[in-house]
Amino acid sequence: MMEEKKNETLLEIKELKVSFPVHKKWLPAVDGVSLEIHPGEITGIVGESGSGKSVMSQSILRLRDHDTAVRYEGEILFEGENLLQKPLFRMRDIRGNQISVIFQDPLNSLSPVHTVGNQISEVLILHKQLSKEEAGKRSIQMLKMTGIPDPEACMKKYPFELSGGMQQRVMIAMALACEPKLLIADEPTTALDVTIQEQILHLIRDLNERLGMSVLFITHDMGVVSRICHSVKVMYLGQVVEEAQTQELFENPCHPYTQGLLACIPHLRVERGKELPVIQGSVPSLSNIPEGCHFCTRCRLADDTCRNCPPPLVEISPGHKVKCWKYADGAKEREVTAS
Amino acid sequence: MLKYILKRILSLIPVLFVVSCVIFLVVYMIPGGPATALLGMEATPDQIDALNAELGFDRPFLVQYVDWFTNVLRGDWGESYFLHQTVTSAIAEYFVPTLSLAVFAQIIALILSIPLGILAAYKRGTALDLTCVTASLLGSALPGFLLSMFLMLFFGVYLHWFPVAGYAALSEGLGEHLRYLFLPALSLGIVQAAYLTRMTRSSLLETLYKNYIQTARAKGLKEKKVVMKYALKNGAPVILTAVGQSFGSLITGTIVTETLFNIPGLGMLTLTSINRRDVFVIQGVVIFVTLLYVIVNLIVDILYGFTDPRLRPGRK
Amino acid sequence: MLIRRKSISAASEAIFREQRTLKKEKLLANPALIIGFVGFVLIVLLAVFVPIFNSTDPNAMEVTKRLQPPGDGYLFGTDEFGRDLFVRVMYGARVSLWVGGCVAIFSCVLGTIIGIYASYFKVLDQILMRICDGLIAIPGILLAIALIAALGTSSWNVILALTIVYTPSVARTVRVSALVIKEQAYVEAAKVQGFSNFRILWRMILPGVISPLTVQASFIFAQAIISEASLSFLGAGIPAPAASWGNMLESSKMVFSRAPWTMICPGAAVILCVLSLNLLGDGLRDYLDPKVKGGKKKA
Repeated sequence: MMEEKKNETLLEIKELKVSFPVHKKWLPAVDGVSLEIHPGEITGIVGESGSGKSVMSQSILRLRDHDTAVRYEGEILFEGENLLQKPLFRMRDIRGNQISVIFQDPLNSLSPVHTVGNQISEVLILHKQLSKEEAGKRSIQMLKMTGIPDPEACMKKYPFELSGGMQQRVMIAMALACEPKLLIADEPTTALDVTIQEQILHLIRDLNERLGMSVLFITHDMGVVSRICHSVKVMYLGQVVEEAQTQELFENPCHPYTQGLLACIPHLRVERGKELPVIQGSVPSLSNIPEGCHFCTRCRLADDTCRNCPPPLVEISPGHKVKCWKYADGAKEREVTAS
Repeated sequence: MLKYILKRILSLIPVLFVVSCVIFLVVYMIPGGPATALLGMEATPDQIDALNAELGFDRPFLVQYVDWFTNVLRGDWGESYFLHQTVTSAIAEYFVPTLSLAVFAQIIALILSIPLGILAAYKRGTALDLTCVTASLLGSALPGFLLSMFLMLFFGVYLHWFPVAGYAALSEGLGEHLRYLFLPALSLGIVQAAYLTRMTRSSLLETLYKNYIQTARAKGLKEKKVVMKYALKNGAPVILTAVGQSFGSLITGTIVTETLFNIPGLGMLTLTSINRRDVFVIQGVVIFVTLLYVIVNLIVDILYGFTDPRLRPGRK
Repeated sequence: MLIRRKSISAASEAIFREQRTLKKEKLLANPALIIGFVGFVLIVLLAVFVPIFNSTDPNAMEVTKRLQPPGDGYLFGTDEFGRDLFVRVMYGARVSLWVGGCVAIFSCVLGTIIGIYASYFKVLDQILMRICDGLIAIPGILLAIALIAALGTSSWNVILALTIVYTPSVARTVRVSALVIKEQAYVEAAKVQGFSNFRILWRMILPGVISPLTVQASFIFAQAIISEASLSFLGAGIPAPAASWGNMLESSKMVFSRAPWTMICPGAAVILCVLSLNLLGDGLRDYLDPKVKGGKKKA
């Protein structure tokens, strides 16, 4: 059954551009990103802070629309429907019902003055029209599914009375209560201890297999990606610089940025006393993005072409695409002849 | 919960001790003793000394204080020289209209300020927000009695909608009671609302950008529910505290406004006592209002414990 | 393509690193500060210079010219004794500014001394703060009324009473900011090097509390003006014939339904003065707060 579904796309993002006004100018935080998510698939998005990965994930549910001016270009198709053209109030039927989100900081993402039970059953009452009692029962089931011990007692607790791992489980239970088709996990393990991190990753992978929902997994941690995602997109300054199946990407990283990210993962084999490699420099601010390749200011291999012309996204092997001049020699000529 | 309430009550002891010292000192400090104030300029030094002795103001300071303090605790707050009744009975008599006015004003303030504050915060940066902020800025620059005079002039003198001044006791019917209290209550309510609108707005501006608001939106909740259930309940402690703390200025505002509208409340009592320098009555009013203020804030603190589960003892 | 609400929100600002704003830019983006400052300076100038150039005696009564409406020789009209209201409002400004200014200065100086010492010595802190708690628990105007009833009415007693009322809140503010500064590494270092307590308190901690203090001073100034007006209105303020805004409002109590200008002119003066001071305070707070950039506060 899974095999058949693989061919359909659940979510398709086409050339998405998301801009915010800063000093009377529209600056794009996401700049021309395309991606496809198939049912049952875990797609990873990796990047440093400021790469636009969170903005992109929030754009899917249009969560930014409420408190700032946002300009969207491109399309976000969910089951063939363009979410960017829906009126905002129509988005409410999709949020929490078809697409759910879990956030980075579970303590602050749960309301401190409402009980866990209240916050979970609320979604069920809203979307599934359950009565209070039914919603309560279902919430307990959900908590049990996420592995919370004594879910009945947990229902009456307030978030601050739970540990970080338990809080994130509550978030997951809340997000999955209505059996969404897509779960957006926005750095769900960043604020947690390493052991708890592993448990949560395991839980997400397990639920993905059992419930067959797709996951869009956003993180800055390459190590986490390797353990959970089927395919990965690497983002830098609002653009996808490389995308591939997870195994392919780890075995054959092509973009200098991806290579840098991978080199930064500490290995046990690394000699004591030897410095960990770092990517030099820091992410430039959106108001002064380089004209050519966005990464050129930090790239060891950058030349004049890189600094002046933006590189195209070329497919170097099936499913493996890179946005770098190093791999685009053929493409460069083709572009010239085409124009 | 009981432990929390008890702890709060115990923490009041040093505060009330200091308050009692201050209030006692005020009368003790009068140059020439209270008799000078009571008897006025025409009294001879002999008369003053005799009265001071009669009142016990020639005894050592500590004896006087302990004596006074035990009397206050027993409910003996002294006697008014001009009203020929005890201070406590005078306060009890004059307090009803003041309480009625203060409660009415507080209700008006809450009805005005909470919705306005929420709207202004939610629509921040819009014309509506700007209007609210400007209005509350104006309101906070306005002494209550001045607004009373404006309202009196406009609604009472020009439009004849409400009685210009005076008071009808509750026994004369609720409608009549409220009709007379409306203008003073409105003026006090508006001044109070100016402050509370600002506090509600800034409290909601804080909570509206919290992560749990994003979570609530991501659940698919209606904006109304997001604001009323999540932003407001999380901001409630700040608003509650503001209500409690501004209660003091509401009561003093009531005292000033009453004198303008000829309402026979604590304000009238204070005003006549100032003119006669009836120091014991003034002392009594200060003790009474301070106690009231402290108790209101105690209640607010207890309510605070109900709105914020993190403060409830017995929880982790 | 979608364009949503035009306000720049804190959320989007967080993504884009803010450019450092020049101080001048911050000042220009702060209309409250400019309007408040200009308004206040104008009032001070009027209060100082009008009585110098206009020789009319504010207490001169002219029985034939009672309750004249504004215009025709009297800019603001006359009161029930035929006194020139314009001149009286200007003299009243002197009284209000004098009382407000003295209260602001005295309570800030006293409050700073109390707050700074309280922040530095633990036992003293306990005693002083309990006293402040007690004083704050008594509603301000009532405490002032009681003090004035005991001491008698005079402008110095009003200043004394209001100073006692406002000092505790200054002491608290100063104490809180001083406690923060006390924890800074450079203060610790100075202690280790054996600097005297006096030098640490006044040379290192004091400069750090100046900015919250200036903000509070302008609010106390405004509050004191309202309080003075209320006290005078109750007959517990500046003694009668002297022109103060509160006195003028008090005497207009009887006649304002026939002669509204007797209330509107001093009333407007109180509002404008308090409004300027509040704006000045709000503006100063934003201007001196390092978290506020370019006039917009980050949430």
